[in-house]
Amino acid sequence: MQRMDTAPSRGPSVECRDIAIKRGDNTIWSHGTFTIPRGTITAIVGTNGAGKTTLMKAELGLIPLSHGTMRVLGAAPGERNSRIGYVPQSYTNDIDSNLTAEQSVLLGLTGTRFGFHPVTRAQRAKAYEAMAFIGIADKAGLRLSELSGGLRQRVAIAQALVCDPELLMLDEPLANLDLASQRTAVQILAKLNAEFGMSIQIVAHDLNMLLPILTGAVYLLDGHPHYAKLNDVLDSRLLTHLYGTKVQVVTTPQGDMFVTPNMSESAGERDMHDAGEIARFRHHGGASAHAGAEGEAQ
Amino acid sequence: MNSFSYDPAWAETLTTPFMLNAALAGLCIAVAAGVVGYFTIARHSTFAAHAIAHIGLPGATGAVLLGLPVAVGLGGFALGGALVIAALGKRASEREIATGTVLAFATGLGLFFARMSSSASQQLQSILFGSILTITDDQIIGFAVFDAILLAVITVIYRPLLFSSLDEQVAQAKGVPIGIMNALFMAILAGVITIAVPAVGTLLIFALVVTPAATATIVTTTPLRAILVSTALCLVSIWGGLVIAAMFPAPPSFVIVTLSTLFWGIAKGIESLRHHSAA
Repeated sequence: MQRMDTAPSRGPSVECRDIAIKRGDNTIWSHGTFTIPRGTITAIVGTNGAGKTTLMKAELGLIPLSHGTMRVLGAAPGERNSRIGYVPQSYTNDIDSNLTAEQSVLLGLTGTRFGFHPVTRAQRAKAYEAMAFIGIADKAGLRLSELSGGLRQRVAIAQALVCDPELLMLDEPLANLDLASQRTAVQILAKLNAEFGMSIQIVAHDLNMLLPILTGAVYLLDGHPHYAKLNDVLDSRLLTHLYGTKVQVVTTPQGDMFVTPNMSESAGERDMHDAGEIARFRHHGGASAHAGAEGEAQ
Repeated sequence: MNSFSYDPAWAETLTTPFMLNAALAGLCIAVAAGVVGYFTIARHSTFAAHAIAHIGLPGATGAVLLGLPVAVGLGGFALGGALVIAALGKRASEREIATGTVLAFATGLGLFFARMSSSASQQLQSILFGSILTITDDQIIGFAVFDAILLAVITVIYRPLLFSSLDEQVAQAKGVPIGIMNALFMAILAGVITIAVPAVGTLLIFALVVTPAATATIVTTTPLRAILVSTALCLVSIWGGLVIAAMFPAPPSFVIVTLSTLFWGIAKGIESLRHHSAA
């Protein structure tokens, strides 16, 4: 795909100073001061209800900040949304549309235009290019309602990509996907970052699947967002605090890293507990719950 | 009991002025219902379409009670109901108990108004089940003007409306004013229902606004083609209804709804057969 970098600045993709968000009287999170560099793949992690999606919506200008300032691609949130590709969480679940994959991707180019504008050949070519990049060109004529969750996810990513975004935001893109579809999605994200230098943000539970491609993470801890590079995030003590349960980082002889709950009998065996499971473990609390947690994880 | 017999003079009946009016009204209604039906399904607003027609009933009988034209009361109540549903947003479709209760109350209120005056009582059946054979020249001019406005508005908002129907969150992030889109669509839907009620009445409106569009989305994939097919199915149902009602002593509304349902049933049947053979 050809990309036009019309962006005047090569500054950070997101810059936050003492940001906070309230819903009613309830502060969701506060005191967020961090900078996400351009061209990075960043996970937004935290327990359920920590405000991960809220952070993403604040970056898109859909939810106002109650305090502080935020710059997204060098402008106020919402001002440069035409340069941002957004794939919300509900995508794979709720979309039961009769539109075809191609029509859906085309709306990423034409969907905001009022007035009478027939689709041009260039637009069609652009949509095809995006679908080809994502590997769904052969599904162009199928209805969304006929596609599997994984393919619908890829249509949504193609729709987000078709306008050549500088920043791609995905909310729980791996949820509800089977292992093979998760791998494909992760590979696509890595390719976008490597070939176009695209900045990518991913709200995620499953850190393990993303570990190989992540540059860093925004973690929502104790009601405050922080940013850290990957090596700093992969600190057992931090992760333990983050998820409220004992978490260990294991490096295999092959050099792969895994985040696992600290269970003496299983930690050495490289079994992959994802962060979502880790988040669930916290409800059991204490070492006595290990047997129960094991049962749940199997 | 009336005898159900074939009327050999049906071709002459078709040439009468009231039949010509009915045919022209049918054309206007088919265009309006065909255009809006596709979006009603795409936006998952089919229950809202049903609800708006029922909410319009007390408006219609109330208007007769006050000596106003039926369309004024019906349109006013339908528009009000539509804007309330739009304000409730997506949650409205999840509030089936609340919506259903309001519908029942509205229908009851419509009956109450009808009983308050003998003229409203006489009109109640035509409001509930339609009276396409009594449509006047003035009504047809009104329908045509409405169609012209509808087509102009839809042409302008076509893509943003489609985008917000597909995924409201993405459309909103990209700058589509989804609140305005929703209110505008609901207002359009109220208008289409107001002009479609004379054909089949408030109770049978679903078969004219939603069913042909549902059939069209089964047989074709692009929105534009679905709109054209849905308009054609509407037109065949209404005109077919008029012809068959001229041949046999059946009310046109009944035949219109029957044809519309039949087309949908056939499309559904063929679709499931294809799925079986593919699997």
